Order: sequence, then C-alpha cells, then structure tokens
Amino acid sequence: MTKAIITVLGSDRMGIIAKVSAYLAENNINILDISQTIMDNVFTMITMVDISASTSSFDVIHNDLQKLGQELGVKIQIQNTEIFNSMHKI
Amino acid sequence: MFISVDEIAQTIRMIQEEHLDIRTVTMGINLLDCVRADIKDTCDAVYEKICRKAERLVPECEAIEREMGIPIVNKRISITPAALLVGRSTPEQCVELAKTLEKAAVNTGVNFLGGYSALVHKGYTEADKALIASIPQALMETSRICCSVNVGTTKAGINMDAVRDMGVLIKKAAEMSAETGGSSCARIVVFANAPEDNPFMAGAFHGVGEPECVINVGVSGPGVVKCAIEKVKGEDFTVLAETIKKTAFKITRMGQLVAKEASQRLGAQFGIVDLSLAPTPAVGDSVARIIEEMGVERCGAPGTTAALALLNDAVKKGGVMASSHVGGLSGAFIPVSEDEGMIEAVKTGALCLEKLEAMTCVCSVGLDMIVVPGDVTAATVSGIIADEVAIGMVNNKTTAVRIIPAPGLKEGDVVEFGGLLGSGPVMPVNPYKSDAFIARGGRIPAPIHSLRN
Repeated sequence: MTKAIITVLGSDRMGIIAKVSAYLAENNINILDISQTIMDNVFTMITMVDISASTSSFDVIHNDLQKLGQELGVKIQIQNTEIFNSMHKI
Repeated sequence: MFISVDEIAQTIRMIQEEHLDIRTVTMGINLLDCVRADIKDTCDAVYEKICRKAERLVPECEAIEREMGIPIVNKRISITPAALLVGRSTPEQCVELAKTLEKAAVNTGVNFLGGYSALVHKGYTEADKALIASIPQALMETSRICCSVNVGTTKAGINMDAVRDMGVLIKKAAEMSAETGGSSCARIVVFANAPEDNPFMAGAFHGVGEPECVINVGVSGPGVVKCAIEKVKGEDFTVLAETIKKTAFKITRMGQLVAKEASQRLGAQFGIVDLSLAPTPAVGDSVARIIEEMGVERCGAPGTTAALALLNDAVKKGGVMASSHVGGLSGAFIPVSEDEGMIEAVKTGALCLEKLEAMTCVCSVGLDMIVVPGDVTAATVSGIIADEVAIGMVNNKTTAVRIIPAPGLKEGDVVEFGGLLGSGPVMPVNPYKSDAFIARGGRIPAPIHSLRN
C-alpha cells in the first residue's frame, strides 16, 4: 500500500470536499481517513489516501491536484506519508 | 488517523512558513581510479565518471522533493581532493582539470562541485603545490567549483608555510576577481581538521576513507528553531535546551528520510546526515535571530557565545538520535554574509571579528564569509587564518576561514554576492601587524593532547 496525505488549505466554500473526493474516485485513489476543520479561519482538510491502485503516477496526481486547487482557490498538496511518520513517530 | 491532524499541520507549517528545508544532498564520488599518466586522459576519465555517477542526482532529488513535499535547496557533488588526481601536472594543467569539473557540474545540473582541494596539514607534495597555485586562475575560469585547503589538524599541528601561502593566495584571488568584490574568495575555504564527509560548500570534498559513491545530507532550519523557542519566552535554560532538542530531532528526521531515499534511489551508500543549522540571507532563516530570541539584544552582545554554545549542543543532542549516521560539520553555522541577522549585527556595530572568533570556539565552522577591507595585507589574512586554525587544532574540532579581502573597499562598504552567498558588510580588522610571526614559516607542533594512544 502506498499511502499519501492530501492537505487542502484555503478559504471555505461549498463543494471543496466533493470536488476533491470526486477526483480521487475517478483516479482509483482510495480514501482511508478524512478530517475537516476550520483552523484559524482557514479551511483545512486532511485526507489519508492509498494511491497504489491508481493508474496515474504520483507526479500526475500531484499536478492534477495543484490544478484542481487553483480552480477551487485553495492550496492542495499531496505528500508521501513517510515524511510525517519520520518526523513524528519513532 | 495514525498521524494526528496537529502533527500534519505542524510539518506543513515548518516547511511553508518557517523555512524548513533540506539544505543539500551532496553526492561524494571517488575519482582515484580516474588517474592516468596524461592529465588530458585524467580529465576525460573524471568527466565521464562524474557524469555517469551523478546523472540521476538532480532528477531523483527533484522527485523526492515532489513526493515528500519538502524542498531540497541544493544538489551538489564532492570529489576526491583534486591534488590527488593531478600527478606531476603544472598549475596550468590543473586549471584544465578545474574546467573539466565545471563542465561536469553543468552537465549534471548541480550548482556547486567541491573538492578542488589539497590536504597539506603536515606539508606539501609537488601535486599539492601545483594545485594550490592554480586556485586563483581555476576560480576565474569556473563558477561552480569550490576549493579547500586543510592546513592543520590536531594530530599534525599547523603547516604555517601553508598558512602564509594561503594569505597570499586569497589576496591574489580577491584581486583577480576585483570586479565582483573579490567574490572568488567565497569559494576558498582554509580548514583545520577538515571532515571527509562534509556535504556543505564551499568546503565539501570526498575523503580517501570514503566509499566509491556516497550520499551525505545537510539539513537546515534556523527558522523552525526560532519559532519553537518563541513559545518558551522567559523560561529557564533547561526548558530552552529541551525545546531546541525536540525541534532538532524533527528537523533531522527529515534529513535522515531524504538521505535514505536518495541513497537508495541513486544506488549509493548512505553516508551521513550533517546536523548543522545553516542560515540563508532570507528573513526568518537566521542563526543570529535565534540567539537574539534567547534574550541577547543583538548577536555579538555579551552572552552571545554562551547562547551559541547551548544552541549548538542542543541541536546535536536532539539530532543524534534522529539519524543512524551523523557526521560532516554538525554544528551551527555563523557565516556573516549569508545570515540576515549577522549582517545587521555587523552593520550596527554589535558584532566584530574578535567576537566572531570567540563564537567559533563553541560551534562550527569558523570565520565564514567575512569581508574585510581590501588593503588588509596577506600577512594579516594569514594571521587571522592561523588564529582560527589554532582554535580548531587545540579544541579537536573543525574550524575554517572563508575570508574576502574586498579590493578597493573599506569598513562600512557592502559587497553584494547574490544568491545564497548574500551580501557582506566590510568588517574592520585590528591594524597591528603580524608579518614577522607569519614570516617564520615551518610547522606549529601538534598539541600535547594529540598524543592519545
């Protein structure tokens, strides 16, 4: 399983989660966990996904999500889970 | 979720707002097998080997950046000290090797290639002499090649002939690059106890005890440390040290991850993670500002050395458990021109050369990126080098001098180097002479505590 964390940060508006999860579904990316909150007035959505079944490469997903972020006026980032694991787990 | 939202948010904040990055992934390449009877053939073999080994260095690092979402600011190469490659070449022939290295650096896409170096702490070989003599011209003909000369060790003492010669050479390099404020000198480092696995420029080289090909990683994060200690204002030193340790641990884990990934993908041995806090001229990425955050009004004021000692030690303690192999310089850097807080401290008169020298006793790496007036003599430059090398020799640590006697400039002027090298305010130098001391030549014997066997 190749896990990644998708973070969406920006100003809140309707349909952000819908648009992001629609993209993930279309690309065979399974959502393992999802959380959404407003931190310091910033819309924050954090999703753990499994990208191993996706036919698109990491770079393609990365670029697609960035484009989608531009359309929605938010910042979308996808990062390998490893970076968070190594920083916070021993 | 196994990783908490707070933890994810913290990592992202460190990268996006607090300038956390991997400062450098440096590939060390052994070139001893490239030595041929004719220097032209050596150049060909060197070019071929560097291009082959480092072909994927930049693209693979960029892929890691995208996947992990952490910037890797520099991708670099270090090579076997070039003096070991040139045989009986003339200085002119050595310059040809420098040009070949430049070509290889351009071809592989790295921004610096280090290891145009000689290790002369006990004395010169003929090859050392030729290579060192070629340094000023080699720097003029290249823009990415970095030079270093190790003139002293705790074991061997100090080669004062080399110290004398480096003063003359640095003056010459400055004059040859007078148009750019003597910028060639930003690529010359004079070392004591030079580490063989240092990933940072301009002093990186691939030591002879190193494997065929190795990945060394330097992390950074002065901004992250500063933000962390902002939260413990007024607390005592135990709390301060603990806070820095925890932050250093997290920063270093990034370096460990990137080093592991990069070495795996590039088929090279994982060398070390260098636990250094490396500043940049960007606001919010300064070591001086950490010291000020601890409670010293301006970097250089009384208390600065103690603050730096605490910082340096806590970074190592936090970092050492985060990485399986630690090495390189591993200590806070205090380069003047590359640190926005240092620049201001010098401009406001809070920080002088002598205080910087004291600070180098408790951290790495030495008098780094110091701009001094152009009329400072070669013997004075040598005197400054001798003092710094003595600190390294006696304290069993690495020290270095990267000094720029800026031609035509005087105290109060500023030299703009651009990029990571920043801008250097010209610092005053003690006006009294050290000519007769430097003229003695020979070697300063190794200190008594070098006899540990």
